[in-house]
Amino acid sequence: MTAIAIQQLIESAYIAAAVLFVLSLKWLSSPVTARRGVLVGEIGAALAVGATLCNPLLVQYRWIIVGLIIGAAIGIPLGMVHMTAVPQRTALSHAFGALSASMIGIAEYYVGIPHVTRFGMGEIALEVIIGSLTFTGSIIAAGKLQEVLPQRPITYKGQNIVSLSVLAAAIVLAVALVVNPNTPLLFPIMVIVSLVFGILLVTPIGGADMPTVISLLNSYAGFSAALLGFVLDNKVLIVAGALDGSSGFILSVIMCKAMNRSFTNVMFGAFGQVQTASKAGTEERTVRSASPEEAAGILSAASKVVVVPGYGMAVAQAQHKVRELFDSLTKRGVDVKFGIHPVAGRMPGHMNVLLAEADIPYDRLVEMDDINSDMAQTDVALIIGANDVTNPAARTDQSSPIFGMPILDVDKARTVMVIKRSMSPGFAGIDNPLYYFDKTLMLFGDAKAFVGDIVKELSSNSH
Amino acid sequence: MPADFLSNLYVFILAGFVGFEVIKRVSPLLHTPLMSLTNALDAIVVVAAIIIAGLHETTLSTVLCAIAVAASFSNMVGGFFITDRMLRMFKTGGRKNP
Repeated sequence: MTAIAIQQLIESAYIAAAVLFVLSLKWLSSPVTARRGVLVGEIGAALAVGATLCNPLLVQYRWIIVGLIIGAAIGIPLGMVHMTAVPQRTALSHAFGALSASMIGIAEYYVGIPHVTRFGMGEIALEVIIGSLTFTGSIIAAGKLQEVLPQRPITYKGQNIVSLSVLAAAIVLAVALVVNPNTPLLFPIMVIVSLVFGILLVTPIGGADMPTVISLLNSYAGFSAALLGFVLDNKVLIVAGALDGSSGFILSVIMCKAMNRSFTNVMFGAFGQVQTASKAGTEERTVRSASPEEAAGILSAASKVVVVPGYGMAVAQAQHKVRELFDSLTKRGVDVKFGIHPVAGRMPGHMNVLLAEADIPYDRLVEMDDINSDMAQTDVALIIGANDVTNPAARTDQSSPIFGMPILDVDKARTVMVIKRSMSPGFAGIDNPLYYFDKTLMLFGDAKAFVGDIVKELSSNSH
Repeated sequence: MPADFLSNLYVFILAGFVGFEVIKRVSPLLHTPLMSLTNALDAIVVVAAIIIAGLHETTLSTVLCAIAVAASFSNMVGGFFITDRMLRMFKTGGRKNP
C-alpha cells in the first residue's frame, strides 16, 4: 500500500470515530440506550487510537507505550472511585485533558520554531492559554471538592483587578508572540502566567458554586482540545472538542439558571462573592418538631410523598436508608417520588447518580419543573439535607440573596417535614422561613439515623 | 490565513451545532454520566500526542507528548469505565426485585 493510501485509511478511521462519537452522545439521551452509547464511544476511540498506532510515520514506540501504560494505571483506579467522589474525579479529568492539550501545544511550538507562522502562533497561544488555565483551575476545583483546600470562597480586596491583570498579561505575551513567533523565551512565561490565572480564577469560588465551575471547566477543556485540532489540522479533535465544549457550555447555562446567576457573572469568574445574610427576622420564632414515631405515622397515612434530597443526605451517607424508606412506603401503597433540584449535589446530575446507586428506580427521580406542578397534590414533602433550594424566600423576599433562584415548591405540599441537625442556617448562611410555617415539622437529628428510625417504626407498625 | 483554517472552522461550527442539538436532548437524569462520557471522548487528543511522541523530533517534544499520552489515555480509560459503572446503576422500577 502506498503511503498516501495508508494516511487516507487512517483519516477514514478518524471520520468513523467522529460519527460514532456523535451517535454515542445521541444514545446517551435516555437511560434505556445510554450504555449502548458508551459502547459505541469506546469503539470509536479504539478505532482512532488503533489506526494512529499503525501510522508508518511513527519511528519510536517506547515513549508511547510508557505513556499508555501510565495512563491506564492512573485511569483505571480513577474509574473505580466512590460515587460521592465523582465530582472531584471529574474535575481531575478536566485537569488531565487540559494538561494534555497544553503539553501538545507546547511541543508543537518548540518543534515548529523558527518556522511557526503568525497565524499558527495565534492558534497555539490561544490553545495553550486556555489549556493551562483550565489545568490549574481544575486542580484547584478538585482540591476544593476533595476538601483538601478550603471550601469557602477565598476573597480579598481588589481580587478581580489582580486576576484580570494576570489574564491581560497572558494576552499581551500572546500578542507579542504573534508579532514575533520566534521568541522562544516569551513562550514559557506566557504558560506560567496562564497557569497562575487558572489558580486565581477558581480559588475565590465557594463550594456551593462547584456545579457551575465544573461545567465551565468542562467547556474550557473541550474548547482547548478543539483549538488543538486547529493547530494540528486534525478534524476528529475538532469534532470531539466541539462536542465536549458545547456540552460543558450547555451544562453551565443550566447551572447558571438553576442558581439564578447571569452568564457574564460566571464567564468572568466573579461569582461566589461573600453573601451577606439578611438579618430580617431576629425575633424568636417557634418551630414545631416531631419524633420518628410521629413522622412515620404521617408518612404512612399519606398517599403522595415527595422526597427532596440535598447534598447533606450524601454527606450523612443516608441514601441507603432513604431507599429502605422508599421500599417500605411503596409497599404500603404510598406514591413516593424524588424532587431533584439541578444543583442538588456537587455537579450536574450528581444527586441522580447517588440515588441510582442506592437502587432507587430512575423513573421515580423527577426534575424540578415537573415535580413542582405536582406539589399542590402532595401530602408530605420530606426534605433531607437540602436547604436553600427549598427556601420560599427565593420567590417572595426581594431582599434575600437568593431571590429569583428557582426552588422546589415544597411549601405547597400539605405537610412539610425537614430532617436537619439543628436550626443553623444553610450553606449560603440564609435563614429559611419554611421552617417556621405551621405546616412544617422539624425532625432534628442525623439524617441516616432519623430515616432509619422512621423505617423501624413503619415496619413495627405493619404487624 | 492558511486554507486549512477555513475547512477546520467549517467542521468546528457544524460539530458545535450537532453537539448543541444532541446534548440538549440528554435527560438531566444523566448529566453526570454525560460529563464523564464527553470527557472520555475528548481524550481523543491522545492520537495527536501519540503522533508527536512517535515522530520523535526532539527530546522535549517526545517527553511532553508522552506526558500528554498518559494524561489523555487515563481520561479515556477512566472516563468510559466510570460512565458505564454509573449507567449500570440506573434501573427502572419494573426490573427491581420486590
